[in-house]
Amino acid sequence: MDKLICKCGHENPPGTVLCESCGRPLNEQEQNKKLADMRYEGTARRSQTYNKSIIDKIWNFFSSVKVGVGIIIVLLIAAALGTILPQKQYVPATTDAAIEAYYTDIYGSVGTVYHALGFHDLYNSFWFIGLVGMLAISLIIASLDRFVPLYKSLKNQRVLRHSSFMRKQRILAEGPGDADTLKKAEEKLTDLKYKVSTDKNGLLAEKGRFSRWGPYVNHIGLIIFLFGVMLRMMPGFYVDETLWIREGETRAIPDAPGYVLESKGFTLETYTGEGEEEKFGEAIDRVGTVAKNYQTDVVLYKIPEGALPGDTADMEMVEEHAIRVNQPFKFDGYALYQMDFQQDELKTMSFALQNKETGESRGDLTIDLVNPETNYELEDGSVVELLGYYPDFSGFENGEPQTATPLPKNPGFLVKMTTPDTPDGETSFITIQNTVEPLGDNDYKLAFQGVETRDASGLTVRKDRTLPILGLGGLIFMIGVAQGMYFNHRRFWIQQQADGSILLAGHTNKNWFGLKKDLDQVTDHASLPAYRDQQEDMEAQEKREGEQLT
Amino acid sequence: MTLADISSNLLYVAFIAYLIATFVFGGAVKGNKEGTYRSEQRWGKVAITITVIGFLAQLGYFITRWMVTGHAPISNMFEFTTAFGMTLVGGFIILYALYKTAVLGMIVLPIALLIIAYASMFPSEVSPLIPALQTNWLAIHVITVVIAEGILAISAAAGLIYLLKVVDQKKKSKQRFWLEAIMYSLVLVLGFVVTSTFFTLTNYEADFTYVNKDEQPSEITYNMPAIFGMNEFEPMTDGAFTPLVEMPPIVHAGKLTTVFWSVMVGTVLYALIRLIFRKRISAMLQPFTKNVNLQLMDEINYRSIIIGFPIFSLGALIFAMIWAQIAWSRFWGWDPKEVWALVTFLFYAAYLHLRLGRGWAGEKSAWLAVIGFVIIMFNLVAVNLIIAGLHSYA
Repeated sequence: MDKLICKCGHENPPGTVLCESCGRPLNEQEQNKKLADMRYEGTARRSQTYNKSIIDKIWNFFSSVKVGVGIIIVLLIAAALGTILPQKQYVPATTDAAIEAYYTDIYGSVGTVYHALGFHDLYNSFWFIGLVGMLAISLIIASLDRFVPLYKSLKNQRVLRHSSFMRKQRILAEGPGDADTLKKAEEKLTDLKYKVSTDKNGLLAEKGRFSRWGPYVNHIGLIIFLFGVMLRMMPGFYVDETLWIREGETRAIPDAPGYVLESKGFTLETYTGEGEEEKFGEAIDRVGTVAKNYQTDVVLYKIPEGALPGDTADMEMVEEHAIRVNQPFKFDGYALYQMDFQQDELKTMSFALQNKETGESRGDLTIDLVNPETNYELEDGSVVELLGYYPDFSGFENGEPQTATPLPKNPGFLVKMTTPDTPDGETSFITIQNTVEPLGDNDYKLAFQGVETRDASGLTVRKDRTLPILGLGGLIFMIGVAQGMYFNHRRFWIQQQADGSILLAGHTNKNWFGLKKDLDQVTDHASLPAYRDQQEDMEAQEKREGEQLT
Repeated sequence: MTLADISSNLLYVAFIAYLIATFVFGGAVKGNKEGTYRSEQRWGKVAITITVIGFLAQLGYFITRWMVTGHAPISNMFEFTTAFGMTLVGGFIILYALYKTAVLGMIVLPIALLIIAYASMFPSEVSPLIPALQTNWLAIHVITVVIAEGILAISAAAGLIYLLKVVDQKKKSKQRFWLEAIMYSLVLVLGFVVTSTFFTLTNYEADFTYVNKDEQPSEITYNMPAIFGMNEFEPMTDGAFTPLVEMPPIVHAGKLTTVFWSVMVGTVLYALIRLIFRKRISAMLQPFTKNVNLQLMDEINYRSIIIGFPIFSLGALIFAMIWAQIAWSRFWGWDPKEVWALVTFLFYAAYLHLRLGRGWAGEKSAWLAVIGFVIIMFNLVAVNLIIAGLHSYA
């Protein structure tokens, strides 16, 4: 396409509507308009100029407000769809098969369809992430399409504009003026915090141009935010682990190399409704118990650099800390959160190896349910061998015992018992209150003696290096919104002709009321001709014509 | 009288003040002669004075309750919804100071009354905070949100007035139907309040045992005659009304019964109104809007959103994310309440783009503002009561 050469001699890029230099309308459509379209200063926007190549078409698609709003609406509806039934992370099932079964069992055919459509994990689906990606592209392209030409245009403004440009502005004043009118207007406008520049017989007064950047600034904030979210997929930026730690236990913190945590104990407090809390009595009576505090007291250790993995002999204490809900324990970019607990978790189980008939005992053994041994040697060379251990026994699958979780909630033991009486050994499968003898009747059994319990804390280990980026994005978004919404860009162009007559035009991107209030003051001070609001005049005329018709 | 009693009495005072002010505003607007505002100016002053007295009383309730409980009184359905009514009235008072719009009071105050009445149907005793709520972020996040929602609701009220004036009541149209549907849903809320109050005053209680969705035996108390029974229910109270239909385990038949009674009573109320006045409610309200300046209503609609939207973004998304990071270890977890805050944000973002980018002002803007309020109410009512998530503390 060719450059557009204006009557004033200025070369404009193709697609320009109002001459960049003098403001003359450059096409017939614009010439016939009563008021100039000042939204983007009549600049050449790429999307309005080219529509040939694929790239043009894609650019034009994403730069459209209509498309942007369309994406927002689709995203909004999609997000809402995901709340009809709970998302899979809020469902009490872990394996894919169990999750699928859960939706069918609990929600019937609706649940089956919901799961089949993938709505149980909607926010991680490709199409949903794709939609968010489209929104991001639209934010970038729509902003660039408008910002670049607008910025250039406002940066290179000329003071003197062609009268056809001025007469197409909404606020217009024409009439005789005095010799010092321009000077007085300049005085008053400077007083009102306008930046005034003069050229020959004219002046341009401008205030609040930065508010024009508001929309682009808030879009930049959103893009930074989305970029931060994307960064979490990069290794090293984001850690999300669960650490179950029991009272008295010392464990390496997953994904936090060199750090070891010891739990001193877990505390659960509930409201008593007595003393200070008497005022809560009624509420507590209604709902039963109300939790007041979940707390794990921990000690953090650091293994010195260079130590072998698992070598905890030289570790140094870093800090003692109480982790509570809303008070995570932060160290070295990591944070530990109190998320879950298990009270009275089984710690050990004790058994006696007994002859079934005589009741004679060959000795006791205590199995540590977190770190069981494989061999327990008893009196007279009797041995109990632990062939299999199932901390949370959930039944048999193909004859094999299964465990649902690694937590010792319902321990099952497959043992081989060897005594001087039974040198070949006898096999037995033991769970709480139940013994199966898979290879025929045994002479010996493990008789249950007792358990020890303790509390366990479920902690979340988190590192999120994207948080500063997200925070920055949020901050820039808020600044941009305030900048664009609470400030406005006001301009006046004034020219005095050789015969002394004044031509004045005013423009603002919003709040015409405020602009007029400023102009009233300038008019008073510099005795400018009275101005009119051409848009209101047009509306009033349309209304009159409408009334005449009816 | 203890401080707690003073607190609840102040709320009564506020309620009654709003009730009186509604009628004074209505009278002020109705008394205007075509094209004049003399009645509005004279009686508007009286009405706004009563409104301000009510607002101060409610502010007193809020502060004294804060003193009694020791935490910001926004921690359950009763407290939050009451505060929503308060910010709605507060927003109106500011706008009245700017624009002197009596007709806005005539619409905002009854909505605030309905909201506060709805709030009072929830347990209002002073309740302790669970560990997740024990932080200053409770006050920071929730108070910001409730202020934002109050301001956004004003835009819906302005939109509603706009629609009451422009929608032609004589011609059958989609607009006329949906406007009346809004009126009908407001009457349904009244139906809920009337029903709950009636059965509370008559002390209706019926206990049932049932089997819940995890196949565990449970108990439930109905405060209204049980139309719908829970899964495998067995009555425990002698002579209680026996449920007519048994529901599958995923449906909370107790809540369904409440909804059923509210809709029934609300519909009967609506039918009575139509029978007595022989007019749609929106047609009855239309004469009040004869002097309404449409441009001003459009301006109020837009202004409320450009003030409410940034506050909402700050409170319901940014502060919410900061707190979620501290309490739940992740700033975002697609919990239903979070999702609906995002939906609200996206909706108002769409409103602004349509208005600024495509010139959707006037009637289109008015409809969008009303839909925005529907989304806010959905997040408050349905998400808390039906879609149970992490936020269902009430």
